[in-house]
Amino acid sequence: MSEEILTTDPEQIRLAHQTGEGAQELKPQARDVVLTGGLWPEDDATTIINMGPQHPSTHGVLRIMLELDGETVLRVKPVVGYLHTGMEKTGEELTYVQGATNVTRMDYVSPLSNELVWSLAVEKLLGVEVPPRAVWMRMMLVELNRMASHLLFQATNGMDMAALSMMIYGWREREEVLRLIEMITGLRMNNNFIRPSGVAADLPAGWDSETLKVCDLVEAGVQEYSTLLNENPIWIERLSGVGVINTEQALGLGITGPILRSTGFAWDLRKAQPYLAYDEVDFDVIYTQNGDCYDRFSIRLYEILESIKIVRQCVEKMPTGDYRTQDPKITPPPRTRINESMEALIHHFKLFTEGFRVPAGETYVAIESPRGEIGCYLTADGTAKPARMHIRGPSFYNLQSLSTMAEGSLVADTVAVISSIDPILGEVDR
Amino acid sequence: MADNEITDAPAPAAPVIADEIAAAVVEKFPAAIFNDSHGQSVLYVERSDWHAIAEFLRNEQRFTQCMDVTAVDHLVDETRLVIAGVTPERFEVVANFLSHPRNRRLRIIAQVPETDTEIASLTDLYPGTNFPERETFDLFGITFLSHPDLTRILLPDEWVGYPLRKDDAIARIPVTFKGDPGPQ
Repeated sequence: MSEEILTTDPEQIRLAHQTGEGAQELKPQARDVVLTGGLWPEDDATTIINMGPQHPSTHGVLRIMLELDGETVLRVKPVVGYLHTGMEKTGEELTYVQGATNVTRMDYVSPLSNELVWSLAVEKLLGVEVPPRAVWMRMMLVELNRMASHLLFQATNGMDMAALSMMIYGWREREEVLRLIEMITGLRMNNNFIRPSGVAADLPAGWDSETLKVCDLVEAGVQEYSTLLNENPIWIERLSGVGVINTEQALGLGITGPILRSTGFAWDLRKAQPYLAYDEVDFDVIYTQNGDCYDRFSIRLYEILESIKIVRQCVEKMPTGDYRTQDPKITPPPRTRINESMEALIHHFKLFTEGFRVPAGETYVAIESPRGEIGCYLTADGTAKPARMHIRGPSFYNLQSLSTMAEGSLVADTVAVISSIDPILGEVDR
Repeated sequence: MADNEITDAPAPAAPVIADEIAAAVVEKFPAAIFNDSHGQSVLYVERSDWHAIAEFLRNEQRFTQCMDVTAVDHLVDETRLVIAGVTPERFEVVANFLSHPRNRRLRIIAQVPETDTEIASLTDLYPGTNFPERETFDLFGITFLSHPDLTRILLPDEWVGYPLRKDDAIARIPVTFKGDPGPQ
């Protein structure tokens, strides 16, 4: 062997050092390919194919059964439950103090909306009012989260429609929003920041300038996407007239959020049934008339700008004062008090071991999450744990529109339709 | 703050119901009992009236959407919310309705006994209750009569039991690990 490498060709020497055996050429190998299977289905026969649960365009673990006639979709049946982890059962085992950590993991793209609806439901049963600073902080965080959620939609929707650069751009801006949320809440996602009684901590130093900076950045990003996509004839052709749903169908199917608004029905709980301080800020409800994938894309794009508008007003009008209600029965004492007050120590200990008791009752609280109406049906039985904690996840209901939107379209359009529903499977399966 | 309800005024056990929609339902279905739950209108209805009340709400009271159908198991409640005139049963089936034109919400609750867990399906009125009724069937074992496809939705088809019932305990099915010698 070693004699053969005695050559002056530097390339040969390099290869010899690399492999120890000198250069090798891979020879093409003959393969025996055996085709099996029967004839193609006859013209009048339909094919049932399975899509997912590990399909890249199914946003996680959505499985869809499609009945096809050639390329045309005849019937669609979503099969869910692959991410079911029994969170509603878990919610009955956790105290009201711990509950926020559970619900925040349902819709992991907009965790703060889940925490908010849970906290509002608990506060309604307790009859507790939170101070104005907490209200405005909640509103600002939820709107920042809406921006992050819609940016994620822009990224994944772009990717599903083969506008691959959108994947990078959407993620880039979303990351900036999440960085700001991390600065305020301490975590990028699953924040457990909005809690019954207020929020977990006050705003950090320099939050206002950072928030405005992120607003400017996302605003510029939205302009960029608009240039990139709205002036792109391929993009418009790909989405226009695809996956059409009308208002009657959407209302009947329990559809809320951007999908309902894309049908010309301007319904937004922030305007219609204002919670927090949404009646004190100025913003518009974005709605369109066609009810197709393009409209759902543009609604989510322009809702980012409305959220920026609200966040800027929050920065401007942020009230001073306490960030949580000072009721020792439900609010833990400040850290510094624990070192000097026995009573504070006891309260702290009791609150985190036993939690607080909520009087028997039941309530349903609904807010507008980025995906639609998220509701919390809470039944209390007088103990420190809820008797029943049910989350009405908008994705779960919105997924029912898949059949209406996709039937009669092409298989390739089904991908566009799934993407435009923007389902979060963590919330669908809970 | 946080009051996203549009109800007018609380009516604590008064014969006059402040909510005119609830009053209209009670007039048509005298067995229904009104309760003001933290400013929200709730009607405790007879199980046999379930479908008829939903139809009345949809066709005559312009309740455009049924937002949610779910159930509650009251087996182990420490204290249970008691409404005068309602015979409490183990299960409660809850439906939330929203009227967009009137901007109002209404919740109806039916008592379902443990021995006979059947109730009418609302899918013919509100197709969107398909998934939530399947979910309630899956997790509580409540049977929705004349539902088009009453199968398990979140759990596998071969699953035994209804996990959200209070007697279906957490960790009922042991988690086995590879090489685990098992219980001694």
